[in-house]
Amino acid sequence: MGDFLWVIVLLPLIGAIATGLFGQKMSKAGVNFWALGSTGLSFLLAVIAFIELVLRPASERVIVNTVYSWIAAGDLNVNAGFLLDPLSGIWLLIVTGVGFLIHIYSTGYMSHDHSYWRFFCYLNLFMFSMLMLVMGDNYLLMFIGWEGVGLCSYLLIGYDYHRDAAATAGKKAFVMNRIGDFGFMLGMFLIFVTFGTLDYQTVFNNAHDKLAVGGAVATAITLLLFVGAVGKSAQIPLYTWLPDAMEGPTPVSALIHAATMVTAGVYMVCRSSVLFDMAPTSMAVVAVIGAATAIFAATIGLFQKDIKKVLAYSTVSQLGYMFMACGVGAYVAAAFHVMTHAFFKACLFLGSGSVIHAMSGEQNMEKMGGLKKHMPKTYWTFLISTLAIAGIFPFAGFFSKDEILYKTYASGNIVLWGIGAVAAGITAFYMFRAVFMTFHGTSRVEPEAMKHLHESPNVMTTPLIILAGLAAVGGFLGVPIIEGWNILHNFLGPVFEHGGTAHGPAEHGEHHLTTELMLMGVSIGIAVVGIAKAYIAYIKHPEITEKLYKMFKPIHTVIYNKYYVDELYDILIVKPTVATSRWVLHKLVDEIIIDGIVNGVGDFFVTLSSMVKKFQSGLLRDYALTMMLGALLFVSFYLWGGK
Amino acid sequence: MDIVIPSISFSAIMPELVLLAVGILILLLDVFSEKHSGKLAYIAVGGVATALFFAMTPITDPSTTFAGLYSADRFTQFFKVIFLIGTGLTLLISEKYAKENNINHGEYYSLILFATVGMMFMAGGADLITIFMGVELMSICLYILAGYTRARMASNEASMKYFLLGAFASGFLLYGMGLIYGITGQTKLVKIAGAISANSDNMMVLVIGAGLMIVGFAFKLAAVPFHQWTPDVYQGAPIPVTAFMSSGPKAAALAAILRVLVEAMNFIQVDWIMWVSVLAIMTMTVGNIAALVQSDIKRMLAFSSISHAGYALVGVSAATSDGVSAVMFYMLVYTFMNIAAFGILALVAKANEQNTSIDAFKGLFRTNPVLAAVMTIMLFSLAGIPPMGGFMAKFYIFMSAVNAGHLGLVLVAVINSAIGAYYYIKVIVAIYFQENPEKPEPVKAGPSLVFALLVSVIAVFVLGLMPDCYLTIAGKALLPF
Repeated sequence: MGDFLWVIVLLPLIGAIATGLFGQKMSKAGVNFWALGSTGLSFLLAVIAFIELVLRPASERVIVNTVYSWIAAGDLNVNAGFLLDPLSGIWLLIVTGVGFLIHIYSTGYMSHDHSYWRFFCYLNLFMFSMLMLVMGDNYLLMFIGWEGVGLCSYLLIGYDYHRDAAATAGKKAFVMNRIGDFGFMLGMFLIFVTFGTLDYQTVFNNAHDKLAVGGAVATAITLLLFVGAVGKSAQIPLYTWLPDAMEGPTPVSALIHAATMVTAGVYMVCRSSVLFDMAPTSMAVVAVIGAATAIFAATIGLFQKDIKKVLAYSTVSQLGYMFMACGVGAYVAAAFHVMTHAFFKACLFLGSGSVIHAMSGEQNMEKMGGLKKHMPKTYWTFLISTLAIAGIFPFAGFFSKDEILYKTYASGNIVLWGIGAVAAGITAFYMFRAVFMTFHGTSRVEPEAMKHLHESPNVMTTPLIILAGLAAVGGFLGVPIIEGWNILHNFLGPVFEHGGTAHGPAEHGEHHLTTELMLMGVSIGIAVVGIAKAYIAYIKHPEITEKLYKMFKPIHTVIYNKYYVDELYDILIVKPTVATSRWVLHKLVDEIIIDGIVNGVGDFFVTLSSMVKKFQSGLLRDYALTMMLGALLFVSFYLWGGK
Repeated sequence: MDIVIPSISFSAIMPELVLLAVGILILLLDVFSEKHSGKLAYIAVGGVATALFFAMTPITDPSTTFAGLYSADRFTQFFKVIFLIGTGLTLLISEKYAKENNINHGEYYSLILFATVGMMFMAGGADLITIFMGVELMSICLYILAGYTRARMASNEASMKYFLLGAFASGFLLYGMGLIYGITGQTKLVKIAGAISANSDNMMVLVIGAGLMIVGFAFKLAAVPFHQWTPDVYQGAPIPVTAFMSSGPKAAALAAILRVLVEAMNFIQVDWIMWVSVLAIMTMTVGNIAALVQSDIKRMLAFSSISHAGYALVGVSAATSDGVSAVMFYMLVYTFMNIAAFGILALVAKANEQNTSIDAFKGLFRTNPVLAAVMTIMLFSLAGIPPMGGFMAKFYIFMSAVNAGHLGLVLVAVINSAIGAYYYIKVIVAIYFQENPEKPEPVKAGPSLVFALLVSVIAVFVLGLMPDCYLTIAGKALLPF
C-alpha cells in the first residue's frame, strides 16, 4: 500500500525531461501530452493515495514509501523515501490539483508564446521540486525540494529574460531566498548535530529526550528554520521579492507565488510542530512576524495600481495570517487557510491573467473599468474569490480566516487578534477596490485595447470556474460551530498531537460557542464595512476619493511607494554590499590575492608539468632505468618499514 | 604414490569458459567464412553478455577449486563483472572503429576476450602460479592489441615498448614470487600465510619478495614510478584498445594486489600501508600534473587514468573494509566513465585517428549537441562532480581514508582532484565556448556506440544517485581481513 508514492513525485520530472530535451522539436500538442499527461496522471495517483489514506483508521494514517537508501556516509544515513500523512496529503492535493488546473489554463494563456515548451518544462520541474519538498520523509529531501522550487521560481520569474525587469526580479527573488535558505541549512545542520539524523520520525520521536522545552537548542533550531520560512514565504523582512516576482507570467504567479511555493514555509513550520511547540520564544516570534506582515502588506495593497501587485501584497498579507496561526499553535487553522487560499488566490490570479490577456497585456487598473459586460465568466469567478478572501459567509475564506482569528483570540493574544481583524477589513477594502476599478464603473480602456477585448477561451475559464467553485464551498470542510463537524480538524488534528507536549494553547482551548459567534459577527461586520467603503470611494463618489487623495498626498505617496522599503534596503544593504564587493572583494581580494595565488599555483603546476613532460623522454632505456631505480627505492624503503 | 583427483568446479569458471569458446568461435568463423565479418563484434558482445549472466549468478558458499588454485568467491565475481562490463563496452565502441580503420579481424576480438580471461584469473587466483598465468595471458594479448593498427608507426612503437617493459616488469613479479616460494616452499596464498605465521625467520627476504611483487603489479596498474610506458603506449595503441587497457587491467592489478596482500601477506611484518600511501601520492600527483599541459586528448586521458589509479590506491591504503569496498565501487564507476570518454574520442577523432587533439572537440556542441552533452557528463564524472558516479566514488574513497586516520593523504588527494578538474573542464570549454574554424560536418555514431554511451550515461547517474546498494554489494564481496 502506498508504495507508488514515488511515482507521483517522479511523473512531473519525466514530463520536464521530455519537454526539456525534445520540446523544441515537438508540436504544441506533443508538449501538452507530456506536460499535462504527466501532471494529470500524477494528480490522479495523488487522489488514489489520498483516498487510501482517508480510508485508514485515524491512528494509522501514515504511509511511508522508502525507495532506497540514498546516502550512507558515516553517521549520515539518508533514505530516498516519501511520507504521506494528513498534513502532506493536503499539500499533495493542492500541488497536484491546482497545479494541473494551472497547466490547463496555461495552454491557453501561453498559446502565443514562442518558447512554449520551455515554459512547460520549468513548470513541470517546479511541480517535481514542490512534491519533493512536501512528500520527502526527511529534512534533506525537503531541502532539495526547497532549493528546487527556488530555482524554478527564479527561472519562471525571469521567463521573459529579454525584459530587464523580469531578469532583475528573478535575481532579486533568488538572492533574497538564499538568505532564508542559509537559515534553513543552519537549522538542518543543528538538527543533525543534535539528533544524529534528519529523518522526521526519529527527530520528532526523540525531541523530548534530546531537547528541553524552551531550551536554547530548541529555540535556535526553530528560529533558524523560521528564517528559511521567512525567505520562502515572503514575510517581514524578506518579503520584497514577492511583489517583484509578478514580472513572471500570470499562471506562474498563481501557482508558485500564491498557491504552492510560498506556502512551503507554512508547511515546514507545521511539519516541525513538535520542535516549535518546545520553543515558546520562537512561537512568539512567528506569531508577531506573521501578524505584522499581515497588516503591513495589507496597507501597501491599498493604493497599488497594478492589478497583480494588489494580489501580490494580499498574498504576503494572507501568508502573514497563516504564520500568525502557527505562532499561536493553531496549525490546523494554518493548513486550512493554506488550502482555501490556494483556491481563491489561484482563481484571483488566473482571473487577473484572463483580464490581462484580454487587455493585450495591460496591468494598470486605472486603464480598465467596466469589463464586467465583456468578460462575464471572469467577472463572476473573480467576484466569488474576492468575497472569499474578504471573509464573507459562506465562502471559503470566511471559515479559515475566522478560525485563525478565533484561535488567536482564544489563546489570549487579544492584540494580535485586533491586528488580524483590522487587516481583514483593509483586505476587504482593497480587494473590492480592485473589483470595482477593473470590472465596474465607466470604461477607461484605451481604444486600441478595446478592439481586442474578449472573454478568454474555455481552457482558461474552465479552471477559473472550478477554482471559484472550490473557493465558494471549500470552507465547509472546516465548519467550526458544532464540534465534530469540523472534518478538517478531525483529519489533521492527530498530526499535531504529540504526547505530553507543551502544546500551543489554542488547540486545547475550550470551545466557546458564544465567543466564536460574536467574533464571527465582528469579522463579517468589519469586512462589510470595508466593502461598503470601497463601494462609496470608487463607485458612488469617486470625486471624494480624489479629494482625499489630494489631501493626504504625502501619506498616499509613501504607501504607494511601499514605504520605501526597497529603497531602504538598497541604501543599507545592496549599495554597501556592491561597494564592498567591487572595491574590497573584487579589486583587492579577488584580483590581487586570490588571482595571484591561483595564477601562481597554476603557473607553478604548469611549469612542473612541463618538467615532468621532459622526463617523459620516449626512450625505452630511460623508462627501464626509472623502473629499476623505482623498484630499488621502493623495496629498500619497504624493507626499512619492516620492524 | 596415490593419485588424488582434485575437485573441479567448472561452474566457477563458467564465464572464462564462455569467453574462450566465443573467442575461438570468432577465430574460426573469420577464417572459414567471409560473410560473417560484419557481425564479429556482436558475436563477441553476445559472448560477454552470456559470461556476465554466469558471473552474476550468486555464490552462496565461497570455496577454492581446482585443487586450491582458484577462488570461487564474491570478490572474484565482483571483479569479473567489472572486467566484463569493460570488455563489453570496449567491443561496442570498437565496432565502428575497427571497420573504419581496417582492423575488423577475428583476432582483434578474440584477443580482447582472451585478455579478459587473463584478468579473471588474476582476480580469482588463489595460487601464485594462477595469478602469474593470468598476468601473462592478459599482457601478451595486450602487447599484440597495442600494435594492432600496423599501418601507424606509433602503434608499432607502443607495442614494442609495452612488450619490452612488460617483460621487464614480469621479471620483478616472478623474482618476488620466487623469493617467497624459496622461503615458504608454498605457492598457494593461504599456505604461504600459514608458513609465514609458523616460521618468521627470514622476514627480510619475504619483505623483499612482497615488495618486488607489488612492483610487478604496480607496473600493470601504471603507478608512479612504474608508469612511464603508459602515455606512450596509450597514445600509440588504437583508441578502443587504450580504453580497454586503461580500465580492466588496472582493476585486475588492484584485485591481485588486494588478494596477495590480504590472503598471503597479512602476517608479514611490514608497514605496507605507509608505502602504498606514498605510491598513491606519487601516482595521483604525477598523473594529474602531467595531464595539465597535454593538448592531445588521448594522452591527457592516459595521464588521467594514472591519476585515477592513484585515487584507488588511496582506498587501498585505508586498509579497512570500507576502503576496499570503496575501491571496488570506484573501479566500477571508472570503467563506465573512462571507456565512454574514449569511445567519444574515437568517434570525434575520425578514421585513422586523424585528430586526437583538443581542437577536434572545439564547437562539438554546435555539430553534435547530444554527443557533447554525453562527453560533458563523462568529463564531469571523471572530475568528480555530483551527482555523477565519479563524485560518489571519490567521496567514499576519501571518507574511508579519513576514517582510517590518513588526513594528510586525503588532503593531497583533494588538491589533486582540484588540479584534475582543470584539464577535464578545459575540454568542456572547448566543446561549448570555442569555435572550430574548419566548420566540420557532424560526426555520426553507429548503433553500437550509441548503445554503449546510453548504458554508460545511465550507469554514471544511477551509481551517483543510488550508490548505496552497489556499495553494499561490494561490501559483501570483500575478502575476510
